Amino acid sequence: MNTPVRRIAIAVMAMVLLLFANLTYVQVVKAGDYRNDPRNQRVLLAEYSRQRGQITAEGQVLASSAETNDRLRYLRTYPDGPEYAPITGYYSVIYGSSGMERAADAVLNGSDDRLFGRRLSDLITGRDPSGGNVVLTIDPAVQKVAYDQLTRKRYAGAVVALQPATGAVLAMASTPSFDPNQLASHNTATQKQAWAEFTSAKPPVLVNRAVQATYPPGSTFKLVDMAAALASGKFTEDSQVTAAPRITLQGTRTTLENYNGNACGTNPTVSLREALQRSCNTAFADLDAQLGVQAIRAQSDAFGIGQADLEIPLAVAPSTIGSIPDVAALQQSAIGQRDVALTPLQNAMIVAAIANGGQVMAPYLMKEIQGQDLQPIETTQPDRLGRAVSADVAQRLNALMVNNEDSYAGNGKITGVQIAAKTGTAEHGDDPKNLAPHVWYVAFAPAEAPQVAVAVLVEDGGDPNNLAATGGLVAAPIGRAVIAAALGKASR
Amino acid sequence: MAGLTSPSGNGARPTTDGEAEAPPTGRSIELVLLAFAAVLVTLALVLVEANQEQTLTQSLLWVGLAYLALFTLAHLAVRRFAPYADPLILPCVALLNGLGLVMIHRLDLANAERAAALGGDVPNVLVGRQIAWTAIGLALFIAVLFFVRDHRTLARYGYTAGFAGLVLLALPGLLPSSISEVNGAKIWLRLGIFSIQPGEFAKILLIVFFAAFLVQKRELFTSAGRTFLGMEFPRARDLAPLLVAWAFALGVLVLESDLGTSLLFFGIVLVMLYAATERVSWMLIGLTAFVGGALVAYQLFGHVRVRVQVWLDPFDDFNGAGYQIGQALFGLGTGGVGGTGLGAGRPDLVPYAESDFMLSSLGEELGLIGLASILVVYLVLITRGLRSALAVRDSFGKLLATGLSFAIALQLFTVVGGASKLIPLTGLTLPFLSYGGSSLVANYALVAMLLRVSNAARAPLPRRAPQKPLAEAGTELVERQQ
Repeated sequence: MNTPVRRIAIAVMAMVLLLFANLTYVQVVKAGDYRNDPRNQRVLLAEYSRQRGQITAEGQVLASSAETNDRLRYLRTYPDGPEYAPITGYYSVIYGSSGMERAADAVLNGSDDRLFGRRLSDLITGRDPSGGNVVLTIDPAVQKVAYDQLTRKRYAGAVVALQPATGAVLAMASTPSFDPNQLASHNTATQKQAWAEFTSAKPPVLVNRAVQATYPPGSTFKLVDMAAALASGKFTEDSQVTAAPRITLQGTRTTLENYNGNACGTNPTVSLREALQRSCNTAFADLDAQLGVQAIRAQSDAFGIGQADLEIPLAVAPSTIGSIPDVAALQQSAIGQRDVALTPLQNAMIVAAIANGGQVMAPYLMKEIQGQDLQPIETTQPDRLGRAVSADVAQRLNALMVNNEDSYAGNGKITGVQIAAKTGTAEHGDDPKNLAPHVWYVAFAPAEAPQVAVAVLVEDGGDPNNLAATGGLVAAPIGRAVIAAALGKASR
Repeated sequence: MAGLTSPSGNGARPTTDGEAEAPPTGRSIELVLLAFAAVLVTLALVLVEANQEQTLTQSLLWVGLAYLALFTLAHLAVRRFAPYADPLILPCVALLNGLGLVMIHRLDLANAERAAALGGDVPNVLVGRQIAWTAIGLALFIAVLFFVRDHRTLARYGYTAGFAGLVLLALPGLLPSSISEVNGAKIWLRLGIFSIQPGEFAKILLIVFFAAFLVQKRELFTSAGRTFLGMEFPRARDLAPLLVAWAFALGVLVLESDLGTSLLFFGIVLVMLYAATERVSWMLIGLTAFVGGALVAYQLFGHVRVRVQVWLDPFDDFNGAGYQIGQALFGLGTGGVGGTGLGAGRPDLVPYAESDFMLSSLGEELGLIGLASILVVYLVLITRGLRSALAVRDSFGKLLATGLSFAIALQLFTVVGGASKLIPLTGLTLPFLSYGGSSLVANYALVAMLLRVSNAARAPLPRRAPQKPLAEAGTELVERQQ
């Protein structure tokens, strides 16, 4: 009788092997399909079953989770939804997450390793565990001014304010914005309707223009030219360049002209100081042709342009000066046109570096990670990205920018505060002569001891038909208001 | 396969001459393994409490120790009444039972939380009942070891067992639905405060009957028949017992709507018949009859057709008949290779997660690694049972151990295969793991009988003193055998 028993044993092993093979199929091969099947709510329920941490700035709550009694236990709410939406992002059952909600997800949902000790103590004390809190570097007063200034005239644009010495982001506004509360709704219909509305909006609302979009920097890029010129040692503020109203690009028949076709002063040549103040295109085309593409590219890289993996922790789109194949291309790039494209954050980093004695600081939004009990767990330390220019060159650029600001007209000047600035008015699109330019204002203040650096961008001059829009007229008043808010806070 | 060789070549067997050492009983190994099982189960409980955000207290340690104490009692009974029994069987059972209790407790927590969230009634706490059933099961286990000192005595009650088994199996089908039907299956006896599934006990009684019957009538099944395709087929009239079993299995299906028991019953009979006769032809005939019966059942019964359709594509009717198996697959898939961790998944989303779908609960939280480990524990349990069948010297013991071991194997296959969509769902419980008193208690009786057979297999042969020449022999006090 032993032979059949042995065969039965073999058959039993075969049966178990078959079970194992099938389980492997289900739990390995098909696992992804089953896990991500929309009818499988496990991943979702796990995420919503614990209280997600708050996002705050200076004690003001920007995003928090409140307990409800529906299927998904916690509802995410954003008290100042649209104002902060580009920073906080959204947290949606259907559409996932964006912004800080995504970038700091591990902290907010409590799975971050830095919260481990606290999870352990929650376990032993029997406290209901929840995610960690994220404290932002944002100054709510500055943020409010930035957002209000942009929305007051229904501009599409962005404002970034940085603390030059640390890289801390004091304000980051992007308009038009959206209300993340609608995407966080537990009502599927509300979510879907909001999503359809947001994704089809013109101009787009879900993009954070400060870090996710790049724009031609126009004349603000002349700061980079000037930095390269001074750093080269071959030029000073008083070096003379052409003052011609228009020049022909080297090796082509294409002409490049100054704003409104004006000559740069009354003489055939002009100093670099005056050329920067008047923002003469021909002068800087002439300068860059003499400096060469290597010098410009090296100076751009030193300011952080081209860095592909910058995270603050929001992912920042890489800025670029383009390929620049020949001198003609370099002459166009010198005035921030052609393929030069910067994020507003990158432009703010350039002026912040000048304000900070030439040292580029890594911009950051997350000031502190807190446990559920609001006790700090980790504070972000400022991080140097590298030196853009020497302290001496930085000081001379500072003086040149002060000279610029003093020559600018426009509203919003602050008595008793010396601002250093540069404006920009950048053509864009296929028919730039009939489309209002993007306008810029980059600045820092106080010039003698900078506490805030800002970059303001207004798309299409604030109005596509406003062909006469300039950085000085449209963007500068916003920048000055943001600086006033930042300094008012600082001087208190 | 090393574990399945008969121990005849084993050096541990005492020689007939001289003062040979007593063979190792393996009882110390058993105790150490039981302690190891207790540690594993306690750790599992700690993980569940941790992940379910309960306070970790010292009481968990006491629960672990109480569990160890309970099985130490069983161990002592084995030490006393079956000292040579296989040392791996009881620890395997203890581990499975312990894991089952932890998982049932974990599902209790989930159900209580859901009830609190939805404001519904707090459901019954199942783990307390299951612990009580475990205690009753272990009491029966000890009782079987105590009363059945030699498994061969069971052969004498073969027909009695057979009759009792038939009555128990048929009873729920014949009784009015008000007493016997729960959730569409007429397999219960509702006796006031508690219910039992008599089929679980019938299973063991029928194995005893078949073992006795087959040993007694062995020549009937091995008598010469026609040779066809190189196999010897039995004569037509000798097919009668198999046909009776087949008809009975179908009868159970008709009367009780219970696919699982029907399949289990027929499978065990077939395998025991094969073991007794060593004829593959019986298997062939049996499988043909099974396929025929399955086709008939598919044609006749709507509930069988639904099972098959759900098996082919559970997601076709996800919000209806396919919901349970669909959710089980989602759970298994979400668990993946490593699992979510005990207490960190959502196994409660599967209806009947604690009984029929214990597999998906374990698979979601312990992952493929955990399920593979559990399958290995079952495999050890089953092969140790089959090894006892090989080693024991009498035919009845061989058949009994084979039948009991294969019953666990077939039940494992149908339940795991059913819950993971390898085969259509049949609605049986995972032995020792699933919630369910009848299954647990009956399986403890089953294991006690396996241990009894293995004890006979591993015990040294009764010593026969070397014969002295009669002239030199002195008088000798002979103790009377009981």
